Amino acid sequence: MVEILEKVKIEEKEPFFGTKEKKLLLDPLMDTNPITVQILGVCSALAITSLVYPSIVMAISVTLVTAFSNFFTSLVREYIPKQVRMIVQLVIIATLVTIVELGLKALNFPIWKQLSVYIGLIITNCIVMGRLEAYAMANKPWRSFLDGIGNGLGYGAILVIVAIIREMLGKGTLFAGSPVEIKIIGNNATYLIDTTTSTMFGWYANNNLMVLPAAALFIIGILIWIHRTINPKLVDIS
Amino acid sequence: MNLMESSNKYIITFIIIMTVVAAVSLAGMRELTLSASTKNEEIFSKRSVLLTVNDYLGKGLNVNDLSDDEVLKMFNEQVEQVVLNINGEVVPNLLAERIDLSVEKKKAEADRLLPLFVFKNEKEKFYILSVRGSGLWDEIWGNIAVKSDLNTIAGVTFDHKGETPGLGAEIKDNPAFPGQFIGKQIFKDGEVAVLVRKGGSQDKTYEVDGISGATITCDGVTEMLQRGIAYYLPYLETIEN
Repeated sequence: MVEILEKVKIEEKEPFFGTKEKKLLLDPLMDTNPITVQILGVCSALAITSLVYPSIVMAISVTLVTAFSNFFTSLVREYIPKQVRMIVQLVIIATLVTIVELGLKALNFPIWKQLSVYIGLIITNCIVMGRLEAYAMANKPWRSFLDGIGNGLGYGAILVIVAIIREMLGKGTLFAGSPVEIKIIGNNATYLIDTTTSTMFGWYANNNLMVLPAAALFIIGILIWIHRTINPKLVDIS
Repeated sequence: MNLMESSNKYIITFIIIMTVVAAVSLAGMRELTLSASTKNEEIFSKRSVLLTVNDYLGKGLNVNDLSDDEVLKMFNEQVEQVVLNINGEVVPNLLAERIDLSVEKKKAEADRLLPLFVFKNEKEKFYILSVRGSGLWDEIWGNIAVKSDLNTIAGVTFDHKGETPGLGAEIKDNPAFPGQFIGKQIFKDGEVAVLVRKGGSQDKTYEVDGISGATITCDGVTEMLQRGIAYYLPYLETIEN
């Protein structure tokens, strides 16, 4: 009787995509967001968020790297010798980042050129190593993978929000450099919102401060403030 | 975490296996993407050469709207590549696109090679010079198209490695900055006179406005233009005669 119960328990404990997995994926978007709550990966968020399109590419790259480095680390976690734990993690991260960089160079060269060193610097992004240490070293591969995806997306979400604000106010464009063009409100010659020209509303003068990295710091600060006001339980954690 | 305190033998074996796996996957990935990324790089630099003569492509064409294949086709049909040595003599059997100025910069001045692209449309010939210098943080470089009078600028493009976005990076990001050079004269009494002036241009024939907050980058552009174009002087003098 006890044996059967235990069996049922184990089967219940391991659904392929249950509430726990969903939580892993969604929590980093809000309650445990890497940037606004854990304050990790802020450096790259300051540097590359002046345009939306490169930010999206960066977000995808970081998501891929966190997900797969979590997965591979978790896969070998029981075989990693204790003394060289950090080195092993770094090699896994560095390999994946280089693979992502080579892929990007072949798929979208102008964006690779624009992101320049920041793709390589994903290696030093605290989110990646932080998740390996905090999660992947103690959990199973599938869940570690989801945790990586979740944290990458949480990071990416903030990146894109900051980039939308900075690009609109600083350059007057949106999705510049990408194939996306939004032209709405108004007629042919005078769209009120035209994401391809450099003055979006026709009357707005671009604010150069928004292009400078300092603006990203202000915006992230304000986002953290808003986030904590909405969700007061965060204030007690830190 | 229940990590084991391992023996040296285990650690070394583990590290060797890990290194081999990493090396093999990286080498494989590089082999896989090499041809695509070389092609991308080639198109990227050819695009920036053609961008300097964007106003003269004819038929209302714009380089930014052309597809990759169209760029290559136009480059093959309308651009002639010449490599010069520092005395202005043509070095045969070399392609200008193979010359990397960042490599040439490290050579002794007498050994340097200069790439020159000659763009032809139905009416006119344009000489496209390449220059390279230093901005505030890192290298800057550019292409300058000179009209067939060998004095008037038809267009320029600049690029940089790490200038500050919103300040120095405006030399590339803000089309108004390279746009200012169109129509400027380069030479005055046989010397390169074109320059970027802090606080606004004074002699409109030769000078363009600097960017506020990016004085060092702009001075770098001036230095790069004056030194870089001067290298081409011997050759330009021979074709003028």
